[in-house]
Amino acid sequence: MTSLAAAIEGIGVLGPGLDSWLSTAAVLTGTRDYESVRTVLPAPSALPAAERRRAGRVVKLALAVGAEAVGQSGRPAQSLPSVFASSGGDGDNCHEICSALTAPERSISPTRFHNSVHNAAAGYWSIANGCTEASVTLCAYDGSFAAGLLEALSQVAQSRGPVLLVAYDSDYPAPLQLHRRIPDAFGLSLLLAPLDSPRALATVRAGLSAQPPSRLQHPALEALRLAIPAARGLPLLEQLARGGAAAIALEYLDTARLAVEIGA
Amino acid sequence: MSAISPLCISRFTATSCLGAGLAATQAALESERSGLARCDFETVSLETQIGKVAGVDAVALPAQLRAFDCRNNRLAQLGLEQDGFVAAVEASAARWGRERVGVFIGTSTSGILETEIAFRARDSLGGALPAGFDYEHRQNSFSVSDYVRRRLELTGPAASLCTACSSSAKAFALAQRLIEANLIDAAVVGGVDSLCLTTLYGFHALQLMARTACRPFDRRRDGLSIGEAAAFALIERGPPSGRAVHEPDDDAIFLLGAGESSDAHHMSAPHPEGAGARMAMQRALDAAGMTPAGIDYINLHGTGTPSNDAAEASAVRSLFGADTPCSSTKAATGHTLGAAGALEAVICLLVLRHGVLPAGLNVSELDPQCPVNYLTSSRRSSPLTALSNSFGFGGVNCALLFGRGACA
Repeated sequence: MTSLAAAIEGIGVLGPGLDSWLSTAAVLTGTRDYESVRTVLPAPSALPAAERRRAGRVVKLALAVGAEAVGQSGRPAQSLPSVFASSGGDGDNCHEICSALTAPERSISPTRFHNSVHNAAAGYWSIANGCTEASVTLCAYDGSFAAGLLEALSQVAQSRGPVLLVAYDSDYPAPLQLHRRIPDAFGLSLLLAPLDSPRALATVRAGLSAQPPSRLQHPALEALRLAIPAARGLPLLEQLARGGAAAIALEYLDTARLAVEIGA
Repeated sequence: MSAISPLCISRFTATSCLGAGLAATQAALESERSGLARCDFETVSLETQIGKVAGVDAVALPAQLRAFDCRNNRLAQLGLEQDGFVAAVEASAARWGRERVGVFIGTSTSGILETEIAFRARDSLGGALPAGFDYEHRQNSFSVSDYVRRRLELTGPAASLCTACSSSAKAFALAQRLIEANLIDAAVVGGVDSLCLTTLYGFHALQLMARTACRPFDRRRDGLSIGEAAAFALIERGPPSGRAVHEPDDDAIFLLGAGESSDAHHMSAPHPEGAGARMAMQRALDAAGMTPAGIDYINLHGTGTPSNDAAEASAVRSLFGADTPCSSTKAATGHTLGAAGALEAVICLLVLRHGVLPAGLNVSELDPQCPVNYLTSSRRSSPLTALSNSFGFGGVNCALLFGRGACA
């Protein structure tokens, strides 16, 4: 198996009942009880006032979770290329546009329209951080996290520099909610760098595989993993929380999963 | 960054309002014909022109893939049927293994049209969507990449690239990284974006839509014209000898480099001096180990909006000077949004294959504020290299550099 490797310099998490990497790690190792409450999204204070007013839930989610991983690494956000991975983008915005298009005048607000692009969160991130480095936004339905991780690792291999991975998804309002049953917002970010990083919290090595995806031991978090595409990355976080070496598989495609080895 | 190894482009195809396949596309470009026409799409009542692909509604998907049936995937299917593309992919899969061929397609709106239409039925259904509504296989952005990988029976990595109007240019950059990293040996890359109400009424709301056909780089340009397209390329690890794979009708053409950047300026307006655009072009040159003087033609993003063309001209002028021949082909094809990067990459490949630099149409007076060598009539030449620019909402930029024969 050809594999790609990187050091992890930072981790960010935000989801139902999970407000940071530290609190998530405590739940994953069983040192803290899990209580599922609706995800609390902080105001995107890094954005200029005009953009802050226009930012929807997924933008707040992606900016918060990205900032947590970058903060741990100590690297300046403006110097970081980024990979954003999301199955659905901004569901509220999609609902509003599709609703507006049923009215006779079909009047869409310009802000709604530019927020409709799948890469809106990445665009706001670049503005918030004054970051002119490359940014890509990917979608692979429920496998979006794995697609993003693979791309981020290939960027580290090519550039021999750091890259920020931000995976995020949020719920659609009804009626789309009935057809895409994502219950809440969840985001997961990793700051990846070359293996020789002096700031490595752990290392990760990944390649394609046919193994079935790993499950989480924690029943409520296993349900969360299956409910929100970005949470398909949680088995990686479970091993990072435990520390030490481990091998897992992450959901990607029906024909290809991502085999991941974690090293201390 | 060090120069990357060139990757062979062993087959490519494009379907747009210029026609289905390369012969129709090349004939239209050589005869300076536009495919734009008065907007008659669906129930849209806007005073503008669009680039609609003929025959999309009549396309039938294979029975086992009916779940994917929507305008966007029908357009993908129509595009795949042209120029022996499926057979070329089959040969590549046989050569490398199905699991060693990736699929990376750019799209901005996927099958949102079906959702827009489904929302109209809600009132009569108590707020629900009609029976048979299929989010996963139609609306979700991955739908088109999933359709293409299943249609071609490829089992390697796959993803949709969703960076608005640079989506399908980014597909080339991503595939090149995964081949370089030895995760795969080949990839089907491309872009598929189809007409929908969100983009037509959205660009109208932004007041970025031309009233007639768009006029990139004209002094009185007043916006863009929206089109739709499916364009694909099969890119493969180059043969060890460095010489071309001798396909029957292909002179060897290579992806030499890709350059990416972000504006960090505004969600829907370009940086006024085109700083991000310039950085993307510079990085494509760096990736290929080339200098600006080595570029024989630039296919501009050239949407026809006052701000895009001014910013892009500024970026091109500052990096290339006033001589490098360039044009926007969007007055012929319309702005095909998420498919534009791949469509215009294919136009660059046609430029390299046939040696005809395409004209920028609909120019009655070139904008003196855009001082570049903008071609208003097509020109026969012998280009060895061509650069393609794509810029998207969110300030996300990508430039691709292609070359033929000895240049690689």
